[in-house]
Amino acid sequence: MELKDKLVSSFMAFEDTVDVNLPVHEVRSKAIKDFENLGFPSKKLESWKYTSLSKLLKSDYSVFPKNESSLEFKEVKKYFIHEIDSYKIVFIDGIYSSHLSETSHEGLDVCLMSAALSKPKYKIIIDNYFNKIAKTDGLTALNTAFSREGAFINIPRGKVVEKPIQILHFSTGNESSLLLQPRNLIVVGENAHVQIIERHQSLTDNPVLTNSVTEIFANKRAIVDYYKIQNDRQSASLIDNTFISQQQNSHALVHTFSLGGNVTRNNLQFFHKGEYLDSTLKGVTIIGDKQHVDHSTLVHHATPNCESHQDYKGIYADRSTGVFNGQIIVEKEAQKTNGFQQNNNILIDDTATINAKPQLEIFADDVKCSHGCTIGQLDDEAMFYLKSRGIPEKEARALLMYAFANNVLESVKIPEVKQRINKLIAMKLGVNLGFDL
Amino acid sequence: MLKIENLHANVEGKEILKGINLDVKPGEVHAIMGPNGSGKSTLASVIAGNEDFEITEGSVLLEGEELNELAPEERAHKGVFLSFQYPVEIPGVTVTNFLKTAINETRKAKGLEEMPANEMLKKIREKSELLEIDRKFLSRSLNEGFSGGEKKRNEIFQMAMLEPKLAILDETDSGLDIDALKIVANGVNRLKNDENAVVVITHYQRLLDYIVPDFVHVLLNGKIVKSGGKELALELEEKGYDWIKQEATV
Ligand SMILES: Nc1ncnc2c1ncn2[C@@H]1O[C@H](COP(=O)(O)OP(=O)(O)O)[C@@H](O)[C@H]1O
Ligand SMILES: [Mg+2]
Repeated sequence: MELKDKLVSSFMAFEDTVDVNLPVHEVRSKAIKDFENLGFPSKKLESWKYTSLSKLLKSDYSVFPKNESSLEFKEVKKYFIHEIDSYKIVFIDGIYSSHLSETSHEGLDVCLMSAALSKPKYKIIIDNYFNKIAKTDGLTALNTAFSREGAFINIPRGKVVEKPIQILHFSTGNESSLLLQPRNLIVVGENAHVQIIERHQSLTDNPVLTNSVTEIFANKRAIVDYYKIQNDRQSASLIDNTFISQQQNSHALVHTFSLGGNVTRNNLQFFHKGEYLDSTLKGVTIIGDKQHVDHSTLVHHATPNCESHQDYKGIYADRSTGVFNGQIIVEKEAQKTNGFQQNNNILIDDTATINAKPQLEIFADDVKCSHGCTIGQLDDEAMFYLKSRGIPEKEARALLMYAFANNVLESVKIPEVKQRINKLIAMKLGVNLGFDL
Repeated sequence: MLKIENLHANVEGKEILKGINLDVKPGEVHAIMGPNGSGKSTLASVIAGNEDFEITEGSVLLEGEELNELAPEERAHKGVFLSFQYPVEIPGVTVTNFLKTAINETRKAKGLEEMPANEMLKKIREKSELLEIDRKFLSRSLNEGFSGGEKKRNEIFQMAMLEPKLAILDETDSGLDIDALKIVANGVNRLKNDENAVVVITHYQRLLDYIVPDFVHVLLNGKIVKSGGKELALELEEKGYDWIKQEATV
């Protein structure tokens, strides 16, 4: 059976596991119909022209894991930013692990989507926010239809959350192949600050496909700092759909570090709902070994006096492919918009490919928008300069690549996250330079 | 120290060096002068191992060992240093991290341990003081946005850190004002000893007032057409290159 049919027909079984009397179930029922109509995106869609899911969809995925698995912290410690005190919401094969998690209801809610969807005290928040900015494309609809579990983060007005929140998804390989569909909802109140780190990690070579949807609401003057660490195994693929709605004077930053995995698609969309806010989207992609990373971004400027900054750096080697599809829409009302987009790529050898497509659609007349896209190789003169100082070829290349990606790292505010990314990059580049990357 | 025998080199199929001979002994300072385009930077690049240039004949020897086939980093490990006429800007790599990498990679190649951090810091402090380099400078990206003079001073700072056997200074004086020139020259002189050698490439006599050469060579159209003592530089300053061109064609 095709995966699509299998999913549609398993919806009934899914309904046995959730409370169908809740209003959210109407949303699910509508979503499964949307998915039935839309199906999985194919390369015929303009926005999926360069990313093919067809191979991934051939696996016979388990949709609901049969066996509950457990993990000891020491087995997976290295995937946490364990050097810092943090809240943790951890899932193993899609199922919440209370053992590995550190949630809270004291002055904020860092807990489970399943709880938020079913408990009366969260009803207002769910009514106001759940599925309010998620789009109705096939993949998002599919996630919505099966939305049951994920992270629920609710930061009340004025709360500055000191500890970062880590959301981790492990897959154990207990299923021969697994489809995961986490659904996250993050509501950040007026003047509240929060930092979130998200990571998906497969622990074996059994195929895993994750179709994740995250909705983030930044209310007035809220600051949301989100870090996505993508360094999964060759057998794991990720479709990350993140939708961010911002109110006046809010700041939302998303850093995406794509350093591994089979197919990774980042749909990252920002919607402006107030004035004087800014959105920052930054990415470092370093891949090889036939890996594929697609960054499809959208910043929808619908209000005046807002800013957006996009800066994506990509380094591609060994038959890998990259896609950067950066869309900026500036509506007629959005006067005095500043929208910047930068996408720089290095192709390490001629087997690697990058498809870069900036799309600026500007309907306002008093705006400052710019985009720059470069595709190049490492600079020969710079290579000679470094080598002439005794730095061997491989290290010289690594140093230049690191330097190329470095300015994206400068805006990482959690030092331990920066250190970790540096380490991952150094590992990725296969070097141990004379200083801490 | 450095011996160059009948060196011919091409770039993009065009012969630039047309049979160069040079013998630099330990403890010596040699100056190479010559008009623009005569091949001075090419010679420096070929010695340092730039692969854009192809050696078609002859050889470059360092302490008796042929360098022709060695990679630039291997030459650096053996003690060759080139102060670039146009140092390359490398955004994202700080001066300090660059130097640490260069020093430790060189040590690694020699089978030595990494230099301990405190020793590294001490050395950086000492040498930056020698060249009167501001500490703030060290955490800036390598050469990025440096003025011409700062770039050149930074080259000599690197030389001081790496302590090469053979340093080739390609127009290190251009872009330096007189005070900076004195600082740089003083730095070079302080690093000079009986076991190393310096080849100074310059247009002007000015630098040679401070870094006094034992020999001066005139490079013209890919060949050394005249060699002499330091007084040759003064003569060139006074009379230009035309008389040498005439001499050479005779
Ligand atoms: N990378 C290169 N590609 C092509 N021609 C070059 C290159 N480098 C130098 N040349 C040529 O070689 C000649 C010598 O240049 P150069 O060595 O820079 O002279 P100098 O340093 O004495 O001014 C010039 O004609 C120059 O145009
Ligand atoms: Mg020159």
